[in-house]
Amino acid sequence: MASGIDIVLQGVLLGGLYGLFAAGLSLIFGVMRLVNLAHGDLIVLAAFAILALVNGLGWPLPLAVVVAAAAMFVVGYVLQYVVLNRTLGRDILPPLLLTFGLSIFIQNGLLEAFTADSRRLSAGDLETASIALGGGLAVGVVPLLTFATAVAVIVALNQIFYRTAMGRAFRAVSDDPVTAQLMGIDNRRLFALAMGIAMVVATIAALFLGIRANFDPSIGPARLIFAFEAVIIGGLGSLWGTLAGGIVLGVAQTVGASISPEWQLLAGHLAFLAVLLVRPRGFFPRAID
Amino acid sequence: MRDPVTIAAAPRYRVEVRTPLSTAAAVAGLCVVAALVALPWYAPRTALKDMFFVLTLIGLAQCWNLLAGYAGILSIGQQAYVGAGAYMLFALSIFLDLDPLLSIPLAGALAALLAIPTAKIIFRLNGAYLAVGTWVVAEVFRLVCAQIKSLGGGTGTSLPADVTSGAASVRLLADLMAVRAPVARDILAYWLALTFAVGIVAACYLVLRSRQGLALAAIRDNEAASESIGIDRARTKFWVYCLASLGAALIGALVFYQTARISPAAAYSVTDFTAYVLFVVVIGGVGTIEGPIVGALVLYALSCCSACSRSPPCCSFRAACGARWRNASTSTCSRPAGGW
Amino acid sequence: MALLETRELSAFYGDFQALFGISMAFEAGDTVAVIGANGAGKSTLLKTICGLVATRPDAVVFDGRPIGGLRAAQIMQLGIAMTPEGRKLFPSLTVEENLLIGADRRKGSGYWRLETVYELFPGLEARRTAAATALSGGQQQMVAIGRALMSNPRLLLCDEISLGLAPVVIKDIYAAMPAIRAQGTTVVIVEQDIVQALAVANRVYCLQEGRVTLQGAPAELSREAIHEAYFGH
Repeated sequence: MASGIDIVLQGVLLGGLYGLFAAGLSLIFGVMRLVNLAHGDLIVLAAFAILALVNGLGWPLPLAVVVAAAAMFVVGYVLQYVVLNRTLGRDILPPLLLTFGLSIFIQNGLLEAFTADSRRLSAGDLETASIALGGGLAVGVVPLLTFATAVAVIVALNQIFYRTAMGRAFRAVSDDPVTAQLMGIDNRRLFALAMGIAMVVATIAALFLGIRANFDPSIGPARLIFAFEAVIIGGLGSLWGTLAGGIVLGVAQTVGASISPEWQLLAGHLAFLAVLLVRPRGFFPRAID
Repeated sequence: MRDPVTIAAAPRYRVEVRTPLSTAAAVAGLCVVAALVALPWYAPRTALKDMFFVLTLIGLAQCWNLLAGYAGILSIGQQAYVGAGAYMLFALSIFLDLDPLLSIPLAGALAALLAIPTAKIIFRLNGAYLAVGTWVVAEVFRLVCAQIKSLGGGTGTSLPADVTSGAASVRLLADLMAVRAPVARDILAYWLALTFAVGIVAACYLVLRSRQGLALAAIRDNEAASESIGIDRARTKFWVYCLASLGAALIGALVFYQTARISPAAAYSVTDFTAYVLFVVVIGGVGTIEGPIVGALVLYALSCCSACSRSPPCCSFRAACGARWRNASTSTCSRPAGGW
Repeated sequence: MALLETRELSAFYGDFQALFGISMAFEAGDTVAVIGANGAGKSTLLKTICGLVATRPDAVVFDGRPIGGLRAAQIMQLGIAMTPEGRKLFPSLTVEENLLIGADRRKGSGYWRLETVYELFPGLEARRTAAATALSGGQQQMVAIGRALMSNPRLLLCDEISLGLAPVVIKDIYAAMPAIRAQGTTVVIVEQDIVQALAVANRVYCLQEGRVTLQGAPAELSREAIHEAYFGH
């Protein structure tokens, strides 16, 4: 059925967006075993940063994104180096509490600065453009671009991880932070670098989030949940797995939405719980963890 | 060669389970509880409402503390059971017209049954991922409740008057104490809150003193080692989770009985039922019984100090949030046991 | 002046004291064996030197500079490298990547690089793209030593390199020692197995319960003296 294929296709492309949300989270957890509960809010922060540059300074969207990404890199680096590094250790409570508090802090800050109004990033004609695929199917250019960007980001991250000395250091620190120090690796800087990179990815995710749908200061936690679900479904430790998890989630949501719009979110969550029941380690877990 | 007489007189060991300090504290505690029971006779109605807030917070915080401080289960999804208890209460009240003295405990118990299948699923996760998993469960509960049209769907509903002011127990209390029905309702809610808070604290105390409690401490200290000495880790964690969920559900039913208005967003609010609770536990100290009590009082004091004119503590919480939270979180880093 | 000196070095794990005022001196070019029974404090000594365990700044002096309070990463860059107990290779990295990471933060100006490490341990090159933990215990130990050599350290610390290995394999590994010494590297070998350690060392210290009980050149020490210093009776 054309509409069945259409639903799945839309779900796959939505999965690209969720993959982008999740890639940063996956990176951070992979390198330093930190679950950042403020991740969704940081994506929203990036979206507002882009918005401020576009509306406030009148800059074109691509320039605003690049500058916002650079700014978010610095934000992530400083946040990790000064604050989050102190909480890392065996106890999982401090980082959880701190990032939870950070999440509330960011939401309130954005609320003060931008009010609770719904916003959108404008991409001009691109927003409504679509490509006809024949057989009555059409895909929007923006969703397609989102998916392609997700793939590109993951390819780039994997290149960093497997082809560079920095990536070697990331993997070593992820395996054994103590022995990594014996190799001369300064964990504090490396973690800060990883957070900075994750924030750049978050900014890219924010761009597509803002173009695709309305955003306001309160939607962060929901994005975190999608990112988290994508990571768990895909399996910890694999970025391609994270994208696959995003796709499963996206398809579940679009299938649910086709039954009734109210069912979209619920269908996604139920799919997540079902995967947990059947495949607790996800579909593509890393062998070592 | 030891003298037989000396051997017979060798000291026997005594296990000391209470110190003079702890006995004094227990007596002081009883006095405080007695004073609290008598509150409706000498305090204004606003004081009742404030104490209601503090007591329900203490109850929730103790439950969270039991989970995290003793069983090592980090949950940011307690609001799942708060909301479930609340919705169950509304269902029992609206559909079955039950008296609150019956419906509130029943709602709590029924909602807590949901913990059984939930635990089976989410305990497949660990650590921080378990935490987010509990949050997802809360979201699922919220979305399901938003589908229930007969209870207001996405926008929610209110308790009808014959359930609130018209209930038999409320009217009885109003007659006995010679007050109007709404005041009697507040008093009833307050006494129930006091009962739940004391009950939960007592239950935590008893659990921790029992063999299960020792098991919990062992699990928290070193999971793998605890398993090697025969503690069934999974079962212990499961029971603690169910207990904590029961506590949360009872309090949820009670809180929303008091407000008499429910909506999915309010019943499953992360801010009201997890963020505050975390704040309280961190300030007061994770892993102690008196910690949540101290923390709740601190939060209450804060909410009085900042923005006194606005009654809902959440406004002052938002205002104090940023700085307080950072202080609390960094104090967690330097002193994991909290301020206490 | 000695290359590395410890001065009244004490080390604690929480409340537990592992080392009690140890004073040692390693001259440049020495091969020092530190022997002792399990729990004597040998590994703690190495961890204190390389910065994994904290101590007073002047308790460890490297080339005249107090390094006691420095972070492990900084100490490594000064020219001290460690082969940790249990090898501790990185499972996510291949054999070659494990070697390369040894040199990522300090190339040093020296003889050791990939080619020369492969020459020292011939079996490794064939398995350069294998996951490091897929190798046999002996080969893993060679990778661990090679990884430490890649930074061209002035001081090489070897923590129980014979642990869990068959005697034949141990011989192969110790056969590499002359080549390492030939580059002028000072080597400190911590071992429970005395025979091999004494065979390659020109100086030996014996630790017992956190204190030095014997020191000297192997040739000058009798078996009885070593036995007593090792076991305490």
